[in-house]
Amino acid sequence: MDFTALLLSRLQFAFTVSFHIVFPSFTIGLAAWLTVLEALHLATGRPAYRLVFEFWLKIFGVAFGLGVVSGVVMGFQFGTNWSEFSRMSGPIQGVLLSYETFTAFALEASFFGVLLFGRRKVAPWFYLFSTAMVALGTTFSAFWIMVNNSWMQVPVGYVVENGVYAPTDWARIIFSPVVWVRFPHMLLASYLTCAFCVAATGAWYLLRGDFAAEARIMLRMGLYLAAVLVPVQIFFGHLTGDYVHDYQPAKFAAIEGRWHDEQPASEVLLAIPDPATESDRYAISVPVLGSLIGSLSLTSKEVGLASFPAEDRPPVLIPFFTFRIMVGCGLAMLALAWVGTYLGRKGRLERNRPLLWLIFLSFPLPFVAILTGWFTAEVGRQPWAVYGVLRTADAVTPFLTTRAAATSLTVYGAIYGFIFAFGVLYIHRLLRAGPAGGLVLPPAAAVPDRPMSVVDQPLPAGARYVPAGE
Amino acid sequence: MVMFWVCILAVSTLLYVLLDGFDLGVGILYGVTRDEARRRTMMGAVAPIWDGNETWLVVAGVVLFGAFPLVYSILMSALYLPVLLMLGGLILRGVAFEFREKSGRLRPVWDAGFAGGSLLAALTQGVMVGAMVEGLPVADGRYAGGELAWLGPFPVLCGIGLSVGYALLGACWLVNKCEGDVRDAAYRVVPRLSAALLAFLVVVFAYALAQDLPVMSRWIERPYLLVFPAIGAAAVLALAASVRRRRDATPFAMVVLVFAAAFGTLAVSFWPYMIPFAVTVEEAAAPHASLAFMFWGEGLFVFPLMLLYTAISLGVFRGKVSNDVPHH
Repeated sequence: MDFTALLLSRLQFAFTVSFHIVFPSFTIGLAAWLTVLEALHLATGRPAYRLVFEFWLKIFGVAFGLGVVSGVVMGFQFGTNWSEFSRMSGPIQGVLLSYETFTAFALEASFFGVLLFGRRKVAPWFYLFSTAMVALGTTFSAFWIMVNNSWMQVPVGYVVENGVYAPTDWARIIFSPVVWVRFPHMLLASYLTCAFCVAATGAWYLLRGDFAAEARIMLRMGLYLAAVLVPVQIFFGHLTGDYVHDYQPAKFAAIEGRWHDEQPASEVLLAIPDPATESDRYAISVPVLGSLIGSLSLTSKEVGLASFPAEDRPPVLIPFFTFRIMVGCGLAMLALAWVGTYLGRKGRLERNRPLLWLIFLSFPLPFVAILTGWFTAEVGRQPWAVYGVLRTADAVTPFLTTRAAATSLTVYGAIYGFIFAFGVLYIHRLLRAGPAGGLVLPPAAAVPDRPMSVVDQPLPAGARYVPAGE
Repeated sequence: MVMFWVCILAVSTLLYVLLDGFDLGVGILYGVTRDEARRRTMMGAVAPIWDGNETWLVVAGVVLFGAFPLVYSILMSALYLPVLLMLGGLILRGVAFEFREKSGRLRPVWDAGFAGGSLLAALTQGVMVGAMVEGLPVADGRYAGGELAWLGPFPVLCGIGLSVGYALLGACWLVNKCEGDVRDAAYRVVPRLSAALLAFLVVVFAYALAQDLPVMSRWIERPYLLVFPAIGAAAVLALAASVRRRRDATPFAMVVLVFAAAFGTLAVSFWPYMIPFAVTVEEAAAPHASLAFMFWGEGLFVFPLMLLYTAISLGVFRGKVSNDVPHH
């Protein structure tokens, strides 16, 4: 493989964005869940809800901080590595990105301060309101990013004017049907990420025999939520597949591993696609199912990759396998959530150690599903940066040298690896310590602009304690 | 509408330079301070606000991307390596705030990251400004130079100059925020840094004359430009007076004025060019539909809210930082 500036820029973008997405996908769900917890605490007055809230708020702080730090680079590398892309699509994508920055700043930064330091200074209803506003802010961030990416998948509402994409209809761009399928898909993915992380933490404490009351809340709330949301997520996943089928047939064919037109089409469950011979090796397939999935029909003709000119085809192996890994993770999560919920309703969940172990070990599943889902979407969009309009090869900075691109990839790799290692270490420390027996108030000098400052003091040494249920 | 976004961009950029300028400057001074107690106080004087300060860099960046995509694409791609180094420096110094306190043996690493990252960010920002003043080769809406075209005596000079300027801003911030030891030390470096900054300005001016940089003709065409250096000079005199009389709050305000005057000088010298003598504001602006869409939401509502929020968080953090309480 030739390490051109183009390939290195793609690797750099894939690396930095994959690193980044891990944190927001977790914090978006966590913010919403914190809102629910705070509402439950207000409604029931149970101190355990508040303990769980305070505990996860600290983890939210670290994850949020890492998401912000890793996100700054994203905003600049559109210009550094993809100058043609940013010159042409800036009037649409730059504008959407600026909305993301502005709304996120307005909602997250200001209300997050209240969350961390205002517990004793504001009325309980206002505290709940602030939590909800932080959740709304993270949701808005996700929304603008999904509008942005959906425009790259299915560009609408623009004309080409003086070599740039000039917006003609913002309503079509923002209310594109593709947005309203993919945004819920991403949002649900974030909720499920949070649900499984919380349930896994609860299972871990139960296995250790610690924090029984809090662990039960975490385990049950996480699993019950997942039991409801995984089926909904699978439905939205299906709708996402529908848009790919309708708007990006080459990507759909690559995901399906379908090389030639078929009528009715079979569904390849597993295989090793071979681009050299344009066929699938060791294929396990089900007749007619392909037409059913693609068009809800028993007789439809489904298009194969060979029907597209070679220069318009995406790579096959990556979308084919990442899609199957994503679906596999989804099904595993469904099984865990349903079995766990069933046993939970029967009151046998907490004593079932093998299942607790499985739930504990399941926390990577949603992250893997999100990353592989994005690989499917982004690699499947190739060879286009803006689908059907701007090729990735034409989007890259034309004069970028291999040396410069290799330098930046190395530097970002080193820095991200470094801070990721430390960030994960601190989150792990917090999780291992568990919800403290008392409530932790922030140190006096900590301030809202620094989310991570709330966990500066190692527990229990430096923090000021307030008895639970004060 | 174009003018509106020029103003927003100018305000965001100036705010960034002033706000992050002082905390980068404190980082630079941190590197030449050995005493642990002093170091803690210095970090404490910027720890609560550096994050909010840096937000303005992101704001300026996305406004440039959305409202002036042509300039964004040319500058980012032309200044590939300096942008990389600047972001690397900013990340390293940013995480140092958090990780220094949690680390044991690794503390020197985070200290070096904080001071080195601050200096790196200041240097690269100055280099980028210098490269722009000297003129970047642009042809047909794209950068037309090599990967190291930004590197030269003049940009490097500007990099050093901005670092000295930031250090001066940082020293005045410490004078304003600290007491005792740290304040006295800061008072001692202010005259030296001021002298260094003046020397730098003289050298830059001589260099610009000698090289006959295109910007010089602007000064002959537009004599009213001299207002800005006059303001700057007056501010320097007031700075010297306030240092002699130990008026803690005044030096910072005066250096802010110097920076604002320098910013104004640059902006008016190059007007209406955004990339000097290559791309004008009108050429760079996104289509009206883009600017209008940004205006009705973020321009009209969110931006004023952000200014307010910045003012409030600086207000909350008024007064002196005490020396003995650890800053976390």
